[in-house]
Amino acid sequence: MAMLEFIPQLGRRTLQSIPGLGAASRFLLTSLLSVFNRHFSFQQLFRQIYGFGVRSLILMVVAAFFTGMVLGFQGYYALVRFGATSALGTLVALSLLRELGPVLTALLFAGRAGSALTAEISSMKATEQLSAMEMMAVNPLAWVVAPRLWAGIISVPILCAIFDLVGIFGGYLISVPVLGVDGGTFWAQMQSNVTFSGDILTGLFKALCFGVVVTWIAAWKGYTARPTAEGVGNATTLSVVTASLTVLGLDFILTALLFS
Amino acid sequence: MAAEALVELENVCFARGSHPVLAGVDMRIPRGAIVALMGASGGGKTTMLNLMAGTLRPQSGQIRIAGQNLQKFSGDAMYALRRQMGMLFQHSALFTDLTAFENVAFPLRRHFRLPENVLRKLVMMKLEAVGLRGAAGLFPAELSGGMGRRIALARAVIMDPMLIFYDEPFTGLDPISVGIIASLIKRLNTALGATSVLVSHDVEETFSIADYGFILAGGKIIAEGTPAELRNSDSALARQFLGGQPDGPVPFHYPARQDYAAALRDSHAAGEVI
Repeated sequence: MAMLEFIPQLGRRTLQSIPGLGAASRFLLTSLLSVFNRHFSFQQLFRQIYGFGVRSLILMVVAAFFTGMVLGFQGYYALVRFGATSALGTLVALSLLRELGPVLTALLFAGRAGSALTAEISSMKATEQLSAMEMMAVNPLAWVVAPRLWAGIISVPILCAIFDLVGIFGGYLISVPVLGVDGGTFWAQMQSNVTFSGDILTGLFKALCFGVVVTWIAAWKGYTARPTAEGVGNATTLSVVTASLTVLGLDFILTALLFS
Repeated sequence: MAAEALVELENVCFARGSHPVLAGVDMRIPRGAIVALMGASGGGKTTMLNLMAGTLRPQSGQIRIAGQNLQKFSGDAMYALRRQMGMLFQHSALFTDLTAFENVAFPLRRHFRLPENVLRKLVMMKLEAVGLRGAAGLFPAELSGGMGRRIALARAVIMDPMLIFYDEPFTGLDPISVGIIASLIKRLNTALGATSVLVSHDVEETFSIADYGFILAGGKIIAEGTPAELRNSDSALARQFLGGQPDGPVPFHYPARQDYAAALRDSHAAGEVI
């Protein structure tokens, strides 16, 4: 009986979420295409890239460095049993380039820049700044949302590339000077087993997809937040939670597609 | 009200979900006048401003601005029309990351490519008009509520609009600031040759500057006329609103399921304490 009630309820909820998904998709497309609107400002875009990208650098570098060092330790622990420590460079590089780099960059970006983006847009809505823009005949999607969306989309792959590089360097510092793996072997194995299109571009493509999704969710949650203090808080929390879970789910889908 | 109408509403209906906000409103706002729109909180006054500004669309009825049907405007045409409108928001809606000067300059920078010295003169002229030329370099967080409202007013009129909307311009201000804002609304309307629509609860201050007023209740216009005519209105609801009487057609008590005396008698009979 409970199952019979559950099925129509699931159907109803799915149907209810479709218009919302459609509105969010329209919001994304309109905002992205606003790059051609005369109110789109490249000055704003560079300012946002600085805010999202450059200001996230320290966080990314520290996180990447520790992630690479841990990978060095754990990889060594697994490989030394089989006498395969020469493959440590490959393991560190592939783990970072294909998986950990894009996913961790996106999760950290959602926490640092995504939350700030949602809070900023929802606060602007709560204090009627977006309505004021509308009344001044300035399209808020072109002036406020589009530069932030594009900044996120541009920043995440670049941050991911930096994350990968720093992570590999962290892995090297643990593997070679600390654990005694041969430095030449570490780099040579990595060079021969890591491919540019198969591994590096795949990872950066994932990062690009995550960049779109995280900034889209952050901007949408901010734009549709209830214009109250509580609404701003809820939207910010929801933005980080939804973006993080979506990144993990999308990572599985992308990995499965790219793997096959 | 014989002058040519700048804004006309004809049988305008608007609902939020299943809740009707406006139920067939007819209104005529003459060019050059200051028109007050009054009524109880939640009565749909701000909704009416948003309908006239084209940020909301009515479910039925017609809104005409300068003889043109607003429903036929969309996208760029609506933005072009809004360049001839200005709005002062209830909480000023200043951009917090910009100085007072840049807030006022914002519409000019977005719509025109003016040489910096010309733009500076235009902005300073408007800041001088609201008495805040000296505060040009301050950020909104450094301004008092009244100063913020005056900067927002300078921004609302920077494009010399033909139609200016004021949403609760006196709310939350001290008496000096209220007096300043009221006198600025009157002076700017005359100087710019504009038409002003003013939503407010402040009866005395509003009547001191308004040429004509409408009182809105239950989604309809219940009284209209000059301030003097409104004070002598036959409508009991209008008299209660203008006189600030706590009880009347709008009851003091929120409806309860049972009369209080009856409830007390019943509880006494049942031996309960309420």
